[in-house]
Amino acid sequence: MDLSNLTIARVHQGLKAKDFSSVELTTAYLDRIDQRNDALNAYVTVTREEALVQARELDKKIVQGFELVALEGVPLAIKDLFNTKEIKTTCCSPGLKNFVPPYDATSVARLKKAGMIVLGKTNLDEFACGASTEHSCFGVTKNPWDLERVAGGSSGGSAAAVAADLALVALGTDTGGSIRQPASLCSVPGLKVTYGRVSRFGVTAMASSWDTIGSFGKTVEDLALVLGAMAGHDPYDATTPDAEVPDYASLLTGDVKGLRIGVPKEYFGDGLEEDVKESVMAAIKQLEFMGATIQEISLPMTKYAIAVYYVSMPAELSTNLARFDGVRFGSLPSEAPEDLIDYYFKQRGEAFGDEIKRRIMIGTHVLSAGYFDAYYLKAQKVRTKIIQDFNCAFKEVDVICAPVSPFPAFKIGEKANDPLAMYLADAMTIPASAAGIPSLSVPCGFSKTGLPIGMQIMGPQFEEGRILRVGDAFEKATEWGNQRPRL
Amino acid sequence: MSISKDQVQHIAQLARLKLTDSEMDKFSTQLSAIFEYVDLLNEVDTEGVEPTSQVTGLENVTREDEVIQFCDPVALLSCSPLPIEKNQIKVKSVF
Repeated sequence: MDLSNLTIARVHQGLKAKDFSSVELTTAYLDRIDQRNDALNAYVTVTREEALVQARELDKKIVQGFELVALEGVPLAIKDLFNTKEIKTTCCSPGLKNFVPPYDATSVARLKKAGMIVLGKTNLDEFACGASTEHSCFGVTKNPWDLERVAGGSSGGSAAAVAADLALVALGTDTGGSIRQPASLCSVPGLKVTYGRVSRFGVTAMASSWDTIGSFGKTVEDLALVLGAMAGHDPYDATTPDAEVPDYASLLTGDVKGLRIGVPKEYFGDGLEEDVKESVMAAIKQLEFMGATIQEISLPMTKYAIAVYYVSMPAELSTNLARFDGVRFGSLPSEAPEDLIDYYFKQRGEAFGDEIKRRIMIGTHVLSAGYFDAYYLKAQKVRTKIIQDFNCAFKEVDVICAPVSPFPAFKIGEKANDPLAMYLADAMTIPASAAGIPSLSVPCGFSKTGLPIGMQIMGPQFEEGRILRVGDAFEKATEWGNQRPRL
Repeated sequence: MSISKDQVQHIAQLARLKLTDSEMDKFSTQLSAIFEYVDLLNEVDTEGVEPTSQVTGLENVTREDEVIQFCDPVALLSCSPLPIEKNQIKVKSVF
């Protein structure tokens, strides 16, 4: 069975026309995982039995003549940060290797209810902290386009799984770029939603004023269909407003005539690799050719975004991870503790990996007495100015187009000993996160050495429909989305 | 600003993290580099600027105070690595 050209719509048609059964489709993906996952390390848990039980149920329904809905039978991979009922959820952290949650995250529950079939859980940087999945206790995920390079992160396993046809759709989280950057490095579309558009309940919190849930797919239309099924108010996540959830797929008109595109000059300066610059500029020209108007804009606070993020995020992360004390969940320390506080020290000293300890330390420091005003409060004020940049820009333009990552996929180990160099990889994805606006990464070319490059399309809050429309129109007018890695 | 090894020890104490000696040396160097970078924020004039706490403008989200049976208490308790007694988790004594 050829999985490389499947989309949600084609799965739906195929099941309906009985070209293939749900068991055949699911088995084809599971077999592909068996063949390729050793090389890629995209999945950390494969749920073969559970997936086939679901597929058999669906086949029964099809035989009985039930009307299928759009997402039924669509194979899904889930970042191992999302709670999945009775399926191991490790956050790729040493202390949670055996954690089995008793309930599903809201997003997972909604997609399961819509009929999607869960193939397994994908690799990530521990607790979603990283840009390469090198900080996973299960080892790094390899890039399907070059096995010596990273797939990006933190949702690297999900991006690689979709790029290599080990899933049709995959869930991820994006706090400072963790969907868009791996999407760009693996040549698949990836959507970061508006803060609060999708419930985060049941997904382990990283930085609570930044965290969002989103997905990877083979096409922009697939992202639109999945978003429609996940988005909306959830009483278990107070940050989800009761805002209308449009039929996103119906907004994909393929038309960008008259659309005003802003091109921020700060995103095209020093540090941007020439190949990336050329590809993204060519993509913007393509949109202009299709009828959009292009204007240069300025987002002067861009250069401060990383500094804001690496104060605010660790502060919130260290606070969130304070609940990981080895009492309600987690592993026992290897050495017997003397008393309760000794239990905390020993348990946490062993349960967290290097990058998490580093970020907990940064966060604890910036929130400690005497430093709060100088760091945390200062950062949140500069964050306000980043938001003001975007508010001004969106008075003049409808969307903003820019690169996603300053460079294509880097070599495994290249940045491993220099945390600051790794942090700088997020320079172009953090500003949208700071402002809570939606942003879509779409494939837009390749470097001279054959590595994927992505373009970022940002829009105002709750305008996912608009950026999906632009991404879909671009995808259909170009061939970049049809390229597949040779494995 | 640079972060001394003593400071690293103090922060680790606050964070309830047991660190090895080599981890303390490493974090002292790495955190110093990160905080030197973060000092970039001092360039920005933030006089009179309100700090951001929530980006979509929601305020005071409330709900009815109702008890909902969310999931099986036994299943929740079984997530703990510690012994369970009378539906409670038994931890080491405080002293």
